[in-house]
Amino acid sequence: MNKQQNKEHAPGKGHGNRGNMLDVLFTSAARICALLVLLIIIAIMASLFMGAWPALRKFGLSFLTSAEWNPVTEQFGALVAIYGTIVTSIIAMVIGVPVSFGIAIFITELCPAWLKRPVSTAIELLAAIPSIIYGMWGLFVFAPFFGDYIEPWISDHLGELPFIGPFFSGPPLGIGVLTAGIILGIMVIPFMAAVFRDLFEVVPPVLKESAYGIGATTWEVIRNIVLPYTKTGVVGGIMLGLGRALGETMAVTFVIGNADRLETSLLMPGNTISSSLANQFTEAVGEIYTSSLIALGLILFLITFIVLSFAKFFLLRLTLKEGAKT
Amino acid sequence: MDSKDTTSGKNLLERGFGPVQDGRDASLRKADLSSLSISISVKNLDFYYGSFHALHSITIDIPEKQVTAIIGPSGCGKSTLIRCFNRIYELYPKQYATGEIIMDGRNILSPREDLNLLRSRVGMVFQKPTPFPMSVYDNIAFGVRLYENLSRAEMDERVEWALRKSALWKEVRDKLNQTGTALSGGQQQRLCIARAIAVKPEVVLLDEPCSALDPISTAKVEDLIDELADDYTIIIVTHNMQQAARVSDFTAFMYLGKLIEFDTTDKMFTNPIRKETEDYITGRFG
Repeated sequence: MNKQQNKEHAPGKGHGNRGNMLDVLFTSAARICALLVLLIIIAIMASLFMGAWPALRKFGLSFLTSAEWNPVTEQFGALVAIYGTIVTSIIAMVIGVPVSFGIAIFITELCPAWLKRPVSTAIELLAAIPSIIYGMWGLFVFAPFFGDYIEPWISDHLGELPFIGPFFSGPPLGIGVLTAGIILGIMVIPFMAAVFRDLFEVVPPVLKESAYGIGATTWEVIRNIVLPYTKTGVVGGIMLGLGRALGETMAVTFVIGNADRLETSLLMPGNTISSSLANQFTEAVGEIYTSSLIALGLILFLITFIVLSFAKFFLLRLTLKEGAKT
Repeated sequence: MDSKDTTSGKNLLERGFGPVQDGRDASLRKADLSSLSISISVKNLDFYYGSFHALHSITIDIPEKQVTAIIGPSGCGKSTLIRCFNRIYELYPKQYATGEIIMDGRNILSPREDLNLLRSRVGMVFQKPTPFPMSVYDNIAFGVRLYENLSRAEMDERVEWALRKSALWKEVRDKLNQTGTALSGGQQQRLCIARAIAVKPEVVLLDEPCSALDPISTAKVEDLIDELADDYTIIIVTHNMQQAARVSDFTAFMYLGKLIEFDTTDKMFTNPIRKETEDYITGRFG
């Protein structure tokens, strides 16, 4: 009897079991959630690959290098779409990154207190606009304006220059690769600006104070303190924007012109992977046509994957170069 | 300097509160207030955090090339006072000061004053070490590059000078290209002091520079303060009264946003005039 009592009152005896059960339950639930993500990725990869297989088998590597996209003769190559995807994304980044920086720096460092909230809210609202509205605005408002006023100037002034000239010559159509890139740039700005703003806000005030304390100007503090301190996050933010630019579909479809011809000029219509898919899936007949479109999807997936891996690798190099951080 | 005495952290406590007993040549630096030239002259300074009145009509003359300690209980306005000397408070909205702070005959609170220039003349070191996210070398060169266009060799020389001056050279000479954040806490704080003096300021503000440091690093920083006072006006805010007694020539006691008493450290710690000062120093409140 006595012994029994002693056992019952041993430390940790009473509630140990119940806690264990819950913990096991919780751990396995969390593990299942994590595994689910892996599983989904593998399933998507596998189905993309299986769907793309007929086209890949038929065209081989030339699927990547051929600019021909002809549903009638069933000759398909992804080069136009890949080129369009990458070029529009580059344009978007060239516009989006500096502007986002400017916005974030203004909000965190320069903005008077009363203006901070309105500007921040405006950025969040901008991010909340559905992409189809950007597309409509691009097609009905921006593209005509761009074609009437900006593109003639571009082709007159930049079209004649050596090296970059071929990129900027051509008829002012309004729609085209450049227009799509600019719309994409506008679309990624709110995302990147919000990320950059959050990043800049976590820089410890005393770090900034000590830089201001030896007489640095706002620009010098940002250039030498804020940016180095936040660089990992900044690269991440840029990648987030780039990811969105690479995959954006609706807005691009509206303004890019959807032409399956390889053109050097950015003023000419082109195509991106995602807008090809959106435009053509409903009308795709025949195994090879469908399979080629799925292969395009696989390529987009791989491009995004490569970009992300590159970013990770780049960040790793940065941290290695710095040596051990405390 | 005869700073060996202070390096041994062991007898910190033995030394107690008494007038500075470190054998430093008192007659050289510890002259009467009236006979010294004035570096910063504060007249009727009031400071506000929004509607909170943090400093009440402070008037104080900080002597040149001396160590002035500011002591007082938490929240009494010590840090606020020195944050006025380089106007760093202006980074934040709703903080403002009224009154006059005269340096070299000019009122530095005047809106016409060039802030960046002012801050290059008044260096500041904070409570926590704040190494910049760059190499040890660049941490120091950063401030110098803002004002001077030095050749590589001259810059090397300046960096070495600042690191020697802050007693850090021997420890980091092989690590100049490593990131400053990888140093130990005490080294980081001395790096920050090196950074502050590398731009050759006239005044160095130290805001509780040792509160995050171990006793040995503290002793090193205190030695350093002692040495720096040959060339710079030093103002140190500290919670540690032994530290104030050890390192300073003059001590100001503040309480509830007011300057209660200001005199030579010897006098403040042995024979203060005001009762509040005596109560605080002997530990009866605070």
